Amino acid sequence: MTAPHAKSSAPVDDSTPAGSLRVEDLHKSFGELEVLKGVSLSANRGDVIAIIGGSGSGKSTLLRCINFLETPSSGRIIIGGEEVEMKADGSPANRRQLERIRTKLAMVFQSFNLWTHRTLLENVIEVPVHVLKVPKDKAIERARQLLERVGLANREDTYPAFMSGGQQQRAAIARALAVDPSVMLFDEPTSALDPELVGEVLNVMRDLAAEGRTMLVVTHEMNFAREVATHVVYLYEGRIEEQGPPAEVFGNPKSERLRQFLKTIN
Amino acid sequence: METLLQLFGLTESAQLLSLSEPGWGANLLRGLANSLQIALGAFGFGLVIGLFGACGKLYGGPVTRDLLAIYTTVVRAVPELVLILILFFVGTDLINKASEALGGGPVEISGVAAGIWVLGIVQGAYSTEILRGAIQAVPPGQIEAARSFGMSPTLIMRRVTIPAMMSFAVPGLANLWLIATKDTALLAVVGFSELTLETRQAASSTRAYFTFFLAAGFLYLMVTLLSGVVFKYVENWARKGQPKLRGAG
Ligand SMILES: Nc1ncnc2c1ncn2[C@@H]1O[C@H](COP(=O)(O)OP(=O)(O)OP(=O)(O)O)[C@@H](O)[C@H]1O
Ligand SMILES: [Mg+2]
Repeated sequence: MTAPHAKSSAPVDDSTPAGSLRVEDLHKSFGELEVLKGVSLSANRGDVIAIIGGSGSGKSTLLRCINFLETPSSGRIIIGGEEVEMKADGSPANRRQLERIRTKLAMVFQSFNLWTHRTLLENVIEVPVHVLKVPKDKAIERARQLLERVGLANREDTYPAFMSGGQQQRAAIARALAVDPSVMLFDEPTSALDPELVGEVLNVMRDLAAEGRTMLVVTHEMNFAREVATHVVYLYEGRIEEQGPPAEVFGNPKSERLRQFLKTIN
Repeated sequence: METLLQLFGLTESAQLLSLSEPGWGANLLRGLANSLQIALGAFGFGLVIGLFGACGKLYGGPVTRDLLAIYTTVVRAVPELVLILILFFVGTDLINKASEALGGGPVEISGVAAGIWVLGIVQGAYSTEILRGAIQAVPPGQIEAARSFGMSPTLIMRRVTIPAMMSFAVPGLANLWLIATKDTALLAVVGFSELTLETRQAASSTRAYFTFFLAAGFLYLMVTLLSGVVFKYVENWARKGQPKLRGAG
């Protein structure tokens, strides 16, 4: 990929911008309903931020605002030191810039969202070949490595509908890795899986964290958050109620709401 | 062979349908070729209109959506024969007026081109609705995934939406194609030498109505049967990646 001309988006001061993410005072309303009420977050390269919170607290909305699948109402999103250009109403001001930034922000969805009319291999090479313009043979070679890494070697010609949820989710992670993302967004990647399939997906994610990928993970898997996250954020009704290192947040929660939440989930 | 024909008293029919003069077989086949050409062209033209129409209906502004609603409603409400007469006479009139304005004389309009134009507009309305429904049936998550990876709207349309909607669209489009082949017969009223008109001419010249209309019916049936075979392949291709339903085929 060629470096884009850094136009109006002034680089934000940050010693290691690559792989970093900053969210500043993010607000999001659906009509009258204010779902995010000023959320700020920052992650440096290699950080794994676990986002926990009750149903409807705005976890998915936060993640989806970061890559503009949902248009924020206001706030700033800065990826790798580059701020996403926004109009006054929060909508993206520069479609090209947004598309380019999105290629660095790979998302893994709760319901996998693989392209069902394409085989695993085709799913994994789709974005590298058609968006990033990687030569097809290079992309295939890399895709095979990634599929092997997530334990799906030999399944490259299978269509998603013929695989278990755990296999589909691992394929979706391979698809996300194929763009060599600087930040990965996971929205409850194991919630749609049968209990016996959860472990295989979490193992792949552990592996990614150990490799030093910047990850934002919305999860209900508290053990995973405790072991893998470098930072835990507890959202309550669109605000960060409490945050800190996992040992603090889980071992010594300060807020009464978080204590209640942790009790109900265990 | 000859004795067999004699046995059934079909010698005369065979002569009438013979491909060489004085038989009329060649005329019928020429009519069939014209019919197929018009049907193919109209179906293709209709698909193009349908794709833009469906996108307009789904993603367009209020004005686009209203105009398209008028188009699909009117075309589907008015009998095809009436539409064909209107579109044909309006179309030829407009072309002649334009030619006059540019200082030319009356223009000879190719029957095939006019037929494609007229039927294509009719087909486009149905295509619009079929494709709109098919696009809406694509799981939104697949389009969302494409957006989240930085695919542009046109790339998403080409690489995700269109291939994914195919399996929903093909059955409806197969029907539409069969309608197109038969609607070509309506063009006989404006004097195109497609299969039905050729048949009528042959029949009235020889007074062998039964023979010729039976032969024409047979040709239409063949087109339908062959289309069925082709569409079965297309449907299998469009459904790739989807588990087969037991008992569905
Ligand atoms: N597209 C939308 N239109 C209107 N309201 C929405 C929309 N998406 C989400 N909401 C509302 O925003 C609130 C937060 O939703 P969100 O999906 O972010 O919650 P969540 O924390 O991810 O919950 P869960 O754990 O159930 O996934 C909910 O009240 C939801 O009803
Ligand atoms: Mg959610």
